[in-house]
Amino acid sequence: MSVQGGTAIAETAKATPPPGPRRPFRLGVGRWGLGVYAVMAFAFLLIPIVYTIVFSFNDVRRTNIVWRGFTLDNWLNVCDQQEVCQAFGNSILVAVVATVLATTLGTAMAIALVRYRFRFRSATTLLLFLPMATPEVVLGAGLAAQFLAAGIAKGILTIILAHTMFCISFVVVTVRARVASLDPALEEAGRDLYASPAQVFWRITFPLLLPGIIAAALLSFALSFDDFIITTFNSGAAVTFPKYVYTAAARGIPAQANVIASAVFLIAIIGVVIAQVAAGIRRKQLARNG
Amino acid sequence: MAFGAFSSATPVAAEPAVRRRSPIALFLLLPGALYLSLFFLVPFVSLILTSFQAPREFGDIGQYDYAFKWENYVAVIQTYLPHILRSFGYAAIATVLALLFSYPLAYFIGVKLRRYPLWQALALTLVIAPFFISFLLRTLAWKQILSDEGPVVSALQALTVLPEGAHITGTPVAVIFGLTYNFIPFMTLPIYTSLERLDLRYVEAGGDLYASPATTFLRVTVPLSLPGIISGTLLTFIPASGDYINASRDFLGSTDTAMIGNVIEANFLQLQNYPAAAALSIVLMAVILVFVSVYVKRSGTEELL
Repeated sequence: MSVQGGTAIAETAKATPPPGPRRPFRLGVGRWGLGVYAVMAFAFLLIPIVYTIVFSFNDVRRTNIVWRGFTLDNWLNVCDQQEVCQAFGNSILVAVVATVLATTLGTAMAIALVRYRFRFRSATTLLLFLPMATPEVVLGAGLAAQFLAAGIAKGILTIILAHTMFCISFVVVTVRARVASLDPALEEAGRDLYASPAQVFWRITFPLLLPGIIAAALLSFALSFDDFIITTFNSGAAVTFPKYVYTAAARGIPAQANVIASAVFLIAIIGVVIAQVAAGIRRKQLARNG
Repeated sequence: MAFGAFSSATPVAAEPAVRRRSPIALFLLLPGALYLSLFFLVPFVSLILTSFQAPREFGDIGQYDYAFKWENYVAVIQTYLPHILRSFGYAAIATVLALLFSYPLAYFIGVKLRRYPLWQALALTLVIAPFFISFLLRTLAWKQILSDEGPVVSALQALTVLPEGAHITGTPVAVIFGLTYNFIPFMTLPIYTSLERLDLRYVEAGGDLYASPATTFLRVTVPLSLPGIISGTLLTFIPASGDYINASRDFLGSTDTAMIGNVIEANFLQLQNYPAAAALSIVLMAVILVFVSVYVKRSGTEELL
């Protein structure tokens, strides 16, 4: 609401013609400079991504440092490097389980924080904020010290426990914004129409929160999938994709690792772009109909 | 955008007027709170206890008993003071560089692209694009690009900016560069969130009152985007100071660039000197907490989440 209002005001502000003579003379640099800078900045951000993708097509046997020619072999035979594939499978497993756990726990907390009054509110907020303000190396070492003291063997399970922990806070922050923007009148209407609390939740609240929950789940998945530092402290012998890359870095990364990273990147980016274009089309339609 | 969540400036609409008291709240909160207590708070206590442990008498490497050996702290600070200072120095420089890089970019996306929602969304996707490719692989890509045989070194040597036989990788420059690159999105997104909601009439008013564009920028635009700058700075500085991938020997650093994270990792996972690793973690955490509280207090951002 308020954001839309702000934009509308901004539009009107733009529509008013600028008072010509009082405006200081501006060079073209001010007009175009920022755009040129932004394009260069985007190019800079993309450099290592393009590099990684290009080198997934490199025709190599062991190390993937010098360009030796184009080939599709790495893409067609990803699992020739068994370790890479296995590590990738572990990473997906960990990310899926941790995402489900963190999204469930975090969504519940987010709803409680916005909707209910309770004691220890500031303590809860602090408990959610601190994991985000703690460097990963401290989170990793702390959990590892605890697992050591408790005599728990490290493996896939401990990685999942660790990832769920650091994802919860991010889920709460993401979903909370969505809960706060939800109109309570809609749920009230449901109650007025004799819906049970469960029906109100599953047929009204949950569908309205879904975009926020999906965003939180994707964020958790991405954080878990790419985590290295916390994982390395709590994985024991289990190998995830980032851990594989780290150990392989010393002796040379096989091109198959680039293939997996590139595939993940392309799938994610295509998904996001499609979602945005779809949202853009919907926005236009709404504007036309409204 | 999911990553807007990183910013404390995330638009949170007016809270509903009535917050009810209900046992449901407990039911919703308890599982998550218990989980975080068990896997965040207890480990933290565990870390503090570990940091005071003493080696077991006649024990093997890696065997320690609970004690109150506060000398551990003196020992690690004496041994690793250069690493500690280096960590915060590198992280501070990287944070400033990321801020200088990000502000104009965030301004372009948040203000200049405001009338083109689709382009704005696509530009934001480009900013977070590095998140979608493995952190380690993109750092390794920079290692190859900045290596002695890579294009950057050859170009700089051809221009005689860099003397023959000089390196970039393995130097502090490369480590700071890597830290800056890897944490740029954490800086850009919160600043974008602030600037996106900047009411341009204030900027216009500055011009109308005969302020130069520079004065308007410094006295109007920057103060209004301060919440974004604050969250961006925290979100960059904290992970950068604890990071050990960029500074690692196999990535952009060398043994001379080892940061506190490298030392914690080595002590915990290789030397099995758990008390030293724990004491260093506590030192890192203490400095960060002081930094966060001073920063947040002075800038007046009370709402953290």
